[in-house]
Amino acid sequence: MAKITFDGIEVEVPDGTTILNAARQIGGGIVPPAMCYYTPLKGSGGKCRACLVKVSAGSAKDPRPMPKLVASCITTVQDGMVVENTINQQVMDVRKGIVEMLLINHPLDCPVCDQAGECSLQDFAFEHGVSTTRYEEERRTFEKIDIGPLIQLHMTRCILCYRCVYTADQLTPERVHGVLGRGDASEIGTYIENIIDNEFSGNVIDVCPVGALTDKTFRFKQRVWFTKPVDAHRDCTTDKCNGRVTLWYKGKDVLRVTARKDAYGEVKEWICNTCRFDKKETSDWVLEGPAHISRASVIAQNHYELPVVNPQVIQDLPESTTRELERNPPLRLGGLNN
Amino acid sequence: MGRKLLTEHINVEGINTFDVYRKHGGYRSVEKALKTMTPDEVTEEVKKSGLRGRGGAGFPAGMKWGFLAKPEGVPRYLVCNADESEPGTFKDRQLMTKLPHLLIEGMITGSYALGARTSYIYIRGELLYVLRILEKAIAEAYAAGFLGENILGSGYSLDLHVHPGGGAYICGEETALLESLEGKRGNPRNKPPFPAVQGLYARPTVVNNVETIAAVPVIVNEGGDEYAKIGIGKSTGTKLISACGHLNKPGIYEIELGLPVEEFIYSDEYCGGIWKGRDLKAVVAGGSSVPILPKELILKTAAGENRLMTYESLSDGGFVTGTMLGSGGFIAMDETTCIVKNTWNFSRFYHHESCGQCSPCREGTGWMEKVLHRLEHGHGSMHDIDLLVSVAKQIEGNTICPLGEAAAWPVAAAVRHFRHEFEWHVTNPKEATAPGAAYRGAAVLA
Repeated sequence: MAKITFDGIEVEVPDGTTILNAARQIGGGIVPPAMCYYTPLKGSGGKCRACLVKVSAGSAKDPRPMPKLVASCITTVQDGMVVENTINQQVMDVRKGIVEMLLINHPLDCPVCDQAGECSLQDFAFEHGVSTTRYEEERRTFEKIDIGPLIQLHMTRCILCYRCVYTADQLTPERVHGVLGRGDASEIGTYIENIIDNEFSGNVIDVCPVGALTDKTFRFKQRVWFTKPVDAHRDCTTDKCNGRVTLWYKGKDVLRVTARKDAYGEVKEWICNTCRFDKKETSDWVLEGPAHISRASVIAQNHYELPVVNPQVIQDLPESTTRELERNPPLRLGGLNN
Repeated sequence: MGRKLLTEHINVEGINTFDVYRKHGGYRSVEKALKTMTPDEVTEEVKKSGLRGRGGAGFPAGMKWGFLAKPEGVPRYLVCNADESEPGTFKDRQLMTKLPHLLIEGMITGSYALGARTSYIYIRGELLYVLRILEKAIAEAYAAGFLGENILGSGYSLDLHVHPGGGAYICGEETALLESLEGKRGNPRNKPPFPAVQGLYARPTVVNNVETIAAVPVIVNEGGDEYAKIGIGKSTGTKLISACGHLNKPGIYEIELGLPVEEFIYSDEYCGGIWKGRDLKAVVAGGSSVPILPKELILKTAAGENRLMTYESLSDGGFVTGTMLGSGGFIAMDETTCIVKNTWNFSRFYHHESCGQCSPCREGTGWMEKVLHRLEHGHGSMHDIDLLVSVAKQIEGNTICPLGEAAAWPVAAAVRHFRHEFEWHVTNPKEATAPGAAYRGAAVLA
């Protein structure tokens, strides 16, 4: 076990845990944003640089600070490590810079984008970005690429997080798509416009943090915050799919089916394309009840609890710290109503 | 006349063949190392020599070798980085073209020291003709028993392969190089783990520049202490400098570290001064990625001391008034040079070569290039100049690999020292964009 101090809060985690996951155990507003890191995908992370934090003491043994900001998603904790995130101005400034970089070539077409409301980039920009741009040049655009009847690839919105590439690599037996080109001309593609045809290909939609990969059966049907999420399951016969999903209702209609996501938008159990695209009747499913949306995003408005610190952690804190936290919270408690 | 350790015989007829190279004392270090020294003794000599990485970062080579993890029963690799593609740097190409056996000799001795049984030379894709030269030389070395099974009856075996890249600058970054060598897309890896622990095929690996490896035979032959006598302080030995730009005698020079920059530029033994009798305006001392310095600061440090060709002297003053020795790509610019145009040109290169993996570099390099393009063509505003500094700062230090810094430093330094020239482009666009126009005002020195 390693004990680290994150933004002044102590937390004990198993050796080998990344700083980001240690912060997630604390929870709340101090958790660094992650645009490319995705826990279930091996090798993901380190690319978007959104989660950069300051390590002001490397470990108990060697308390020197790390010279550069480090990507918290891939840096593992050391016992006695002291990490600064929201309390460090440099980190906040750099994060603002990262938002700007990610947005300069982003089309900002949220009003017509299906991902709006549950978009990581939208959340990230809302929280850390500025409302104006210094970018005067023409934005990079791509032609739409046809990768089959179920998934829409819209490269112009892509932030090149590589999540879908890892998903395809690790989830499906054949790799059919990857990153082509270099620099700001790099794009996700299937080379000679191959169709992605695989029973688990639909999961790339769920892992995409932006609207670059969207569900063709749901495109332009409804804004996500007007749909009602309901947890459901079915006996799926597909190997490796356990049929545990979230159905998104509008009235009586199931508009789309997705895998269940946790508070950080991560899917823990992948689902097959049959569940995702073919089973759109309530009669196909055993309903479990309304899905809990713990993400602090537009989608969570109206049915939304406050992001809270893990109560166990609060209990373990000395009383003086708790009082200090209440008076001057590092996390923004509550939604827009507060 | 300085000593020539690497290039002493470079102009001998047929030195690229095994026989001639051998006649001129070639492969002595292999014999000496394999027959009379243990691998650790070889490493110790390299440590004593104070040899620093010649690829740009200047990290002590012996220390790098010392970091190599040596778990039992796991293969280790020595990889030679011959992906030389920094604008202004062209020393390795010459070394490999003319003295292929020197590199091979260094690879054998180095591999022996590190306990590598298979070693690779990763060569830049554009240098296919050099690849053929190397392959021919390797075949000769195999035939002569210096490569392959049981070299010189010592019981040590080594296989050496040359592998061409696809011609991407980013593959000169050591982890991107390893990815590319493994047959993957040349994206730099996140560090840690460092290659010394998990490198090629997730095995402990040392990646060294061509010139670094070529210095190993000399060090083994003459002894590390002897090598360390050349140079000043922590900058020991000789360095190949590829001098280009507005010089009377551009070319590749082997200098003893510690040579004054002024002597290097103006003496007839080296570059012979600025061409056409013009005045020097600025110098990029170590390949396009290091900060540009105006004449006043490249000849003398801010404290008024003579600037020397050493790692320490060139970086005296940090990035405010100093630069870096880098890879030894020495670009001199005369008074007619437009610094804005030059910066734009560098920026265009880094935009083109960014791998696109991490966001600050992918987006920032293109942004800087576009802003510089605007400034150079007379469409910029004063605000753009500050924007450049700000974007450069947003990239620097926040990327996976040093390409971000390599793109940001030249821009930041150009604005720092030649801000008046940038402003002139904004205030007098007609004059500034006229063909052959160049600002003649003073540079900012502090």
